[in-house]
Amino acid sequence: MSVQTIRNVFSVETGYRLSDDQIVNHFPNHYELTRKDLMVKNIKRYRKELEKEGSPLAEKDENGKYIYLDFVPVTFMLPADYNLFVEEFRKNPSSTWIMKPCGKAQGKGIFLINKLSQIKKWSRDSKTSSFVSQSSKEAYVISLYINNPLLIGGKKFDLRLYVLVSTYRPLRCYMYKLGFCRFCTVKYTPSTSELDNMFVHLTNVAIQKHGDDYNHIHGGKWTVSNLRLYLESTRGKEVTNKLFDEIHWIIVQSLKAVAPVMNNDKHCFECYGYDIIIDDKLKPWLIEVNASPSLTSSTANDRILKYNLINDTLNIAVPNGEIPDCKWNKSPPKEVLGNYEVLYDEEMAQSDGSDRDLRSRSGQSTGTKGNRGRDSGKPVLTTWK
Amino acid sequence: MKNTGKNQSELSLSASLQRITILSQLLHSGHDFIMSEEHEISLHNPEIKLESLKEDIKDFLKTSGWEKKLQNAVYSELNVFPSPCHPAAPPEHMKEPLAYMRKAQGSWEKRILKSLNSMCTELSIPLAQKRPASEQKELLNKWNEMGTDEPDLSLFRPVYAPKDFLEVLMNLRNPNYENGEQPSFRNHLGLIQVPLKVKDIPELKEDFSELDLNIGQLGIDDSAQVPPEFFENEHVRIGQKVLAEQDSAAAQQYVRQGCPTALRADLWALILNISNQPEDILYYEQLKSNVIQHDLLVDSLIYKDVKLTASNDDYYFVFEDYLYQVLLCFSRDTSVLEHFAYSSATPPKSYIQGKLGIEEYAVFYPPNGVIPFHGFSMYVAPLCFLYHEPSKLYQIFREMYVRFFFRLHSISSHPSGIVSLCLLFETLLQTHLPQLFYHLREIGAQPLRISFKWMVRAFSGYLATDQLLLLWDRILGYNSLEILAVLAAAVFAFRAVNLMEVTSLAAAEAVLADLSTLKVMPLLQIFLFATVT
Repeated sequence: MSVQTIRNVFSVETGYRLSDDQIVNHFPNHYELTRKDLMVKNIKRYRKELEKEGSPLAEKDENGKYIYLDFVPVTFMLPADYNLFVEEFRKNPSSTWIMKPCGKAQGKGIFLINKLSQIKKWSRDSKTSSFVSQSSKEAYVISLYINNPLLIGGKKFDLRLYVLVSTYRPLRCYMYKLGFCRFCTVKYTPSTSELDNMFVHLTNVAIQKHGDDYNHIHGGKWTVSNLRLYLESTRGKEVTNKLFDEIHWIIVQSLKAVAPVMNNDKHCFECYGYDIIIDDKLKPWLIEVNASPSLTSSTANDRILKYNLINDTLNIAVPNGEIPDCKWNKSPPKEVLGNYEVLYDEEMAQSDGSDRDLRSRSGQSTGTKGNRGRDSGKPVLTTWK
Repeated sequence: MKNTGKNQSELSLSASLQRITILSQLLHSGHDFIMSEEHEISLHNPEIKLESLKEDIKDFLKTSGWEKKLQNAVYSELNVFPSPCHPAAPPEHMKEPLAYMRKAQGSWEKRILKSLNSMCTELSIPLAQKRPASEQKELLNKWNEMGTDEPDLSLFRPVYAPKDFLEVLMNLRNPNYENGEQPSFRNHLGLIQVPLKVKDIPELKEDFSELDLNIGQLGIDDSAQVPPEFFENEHVRIGQKVLAEQDSAAAQQYVRQGCPTALRADLWALILNISNQPEDILYYEQLKSNVIQHDLLVDSLIYKDVKLTASNDDYYFVFEDYLYQVLLCFSRDTSVLEHFAYSSATPPKSYIQGKLGIEEYAVFYPPNGVIPFHGFSMYVAPLCFLYHEPSKLYQIFREMYVRFFFRLHSISSHPSGIVSLCLLFETLLQTHLPQLFYHLREIGAQPLRISFKWMVRAFSGYLATDQLLLLWDRILGYNSLEILAVLAAAVFAFRAVNLMEVTSLAAAEAVLADLSTLKVMPLLQIFLFATVT
């Protein structure tokens, strides 16, 4: 079901009610996670709540930055937070920022700025129309651009990971082992002359495939296991493991952040496309979460991957291929997981705190290292319960 | 372009000079040590005796790490240079003892050079020319992204492809060998018809004893089902120790059981004796400036090869730009000429325009004497997963080439040469899977026709990268390419059931088209140690 249809299904006006044997592939208010502005809002709120509770997760370092929860680049909503943004911009006038429309996808409408003048005009236009209510589609977010991405072969890339959520309360989510990296076809350069060249900066396949050098055999995509092999070989095993653990961590934290506001309708499950960028210090950043990750294929390998993805997703959401019953406890047996691994199971975590199976790793080079747990040495290990 | 005209003795002299360099470095450092004020024993000490001086120097060698470096350097030489042969043997024998092989290699080389020259004439492009200053500047600017500016390569074709080379090998005959029989099951039914000695399985089992079933291997005993305490953790610990000791010989022994991914780059560098000193980096920069200043026809061949192979590969496309950097420099590296002392090949000569046949105007072309063929860039590609620093990547590749890869495209009787590998493959298959061999031969699908390209490329581009690296671990560990032939036979054994059902060469190729899911170590182990013979 598409996002538009879901809106209709759950809209108050249509008065639809899903019966017990109907399961849909979106949560009613998924946009709390998948709209760029709401995602950031929810994460900020989550962090403040943890801080108020005095939770060790919300610990800050001497610069006031969260140690464990700083995984989204500094972001402001526009035009609402324009003044806050200007303040931040002036602190680092040489920084680059990326403007993204909240409601669009596939890289549409995105541009980079490095001078205030470039958006002053934009802001002026929107201020004069302040009496006309902003349709939510025209809202933008502006984030600090990560201009030191990890480069491989001199090229920028990002990670696309698939995460299936079957329920938010208790949180049960699965990570697809076969994520991939999307490479830009053009050499990365932070040079200001190339700010307008979207082939350098945006990794969306929808954009890259129009480049001159786009290759239809591999589609500029690398498996996560290749990434892992490369990083282990050139940077060492510990830092690679740390990187992947951090990636899992930020996915789970982002889901926990929106869990309280999510309408945990028992008819729903959802498969998200997480976009993550790794910087040259091997720190992962959450860029955005997609509710309708592209299920079309650009290469032969891609088609196989997406086919398996859909297959495994449906096996977990609707077990045994029978007519679903939304009252079931949503605990699929291990055999049907396919290429999914349990990422976080809140129920299991609460009942058995020492169960290390929760911190499973994905994307290993042979794909068989399933559920081996590992001590991260982080003090917050106990709060996984 | 240098007017070199080096002959054999000069080549070996320069090799000796290299060895002397390391000794002189050692002597300098030793001299500094003795003269240092911190050192207790100085030359002015009247108690110094000759006997204790010897001991002191020995101690100095140990503590400064020079003993290890010397050992590693000597070990390296032993690995690469063939054992000394009879004093009366002429120098050609170090290259290749069998006369008919030398002859065949010579005519093959003539053919390649002719093909290169005719391409040159056809396209009216000189073999080499100096770049105009503007072009030099442009190339320097885009040195790191040569992949994006594609010149028009449509008129270039690779000088030869592996299958052309296979045709030559098939026609090799020893003129002194006459057995007068028709080919039958009592002699050889394969494509290679020269009587070289190859090992059988009992001998291979002895040689590759570390791959036995009861010995831990990476690639088998590090899978998810095996707890790491059984083998993996200890193996990693030993690997770290070997690296700390910086012992080349120990490293070579160690990698026979596979390298942990995090240690592989350093272990290979240790075995190949690459340390990336400042002078090495300088040498690489010098090569780079040679590339900028002169344009070679071979460059276009390299471009074309990369675009045809690595750029389309799921694993290696990311490193396209590194491949140009390495291969363009490689073709200008005259130090590669030294390996011709022990290779059956001879670097091709070309003459400055208008001076054909006049020896003073002869130059080696390309400067490193190696003409790339279709798929050559795949020798470099897997190394990009291990080394991201261009000069180190370059040195590792160069060393791998002059130790191993050159044997895969020259005609010789060496046990790791491609001819022996082909014969080993066919013999293993015919001996242990006779029914399969016969069946494939009957349907016109001689097995070597399919496996040849795997072996020539050392399986690069056919296996998944992590599996390929495990295979190359063993090549380094055993200092031999024979494992390529064993793996090729093991692959056929693995897919034997499907192969028995095919009825054409095309169908057989389809069964063996995709090797990317294969796990190399179990295949090798089963074939060598768990098959009933």
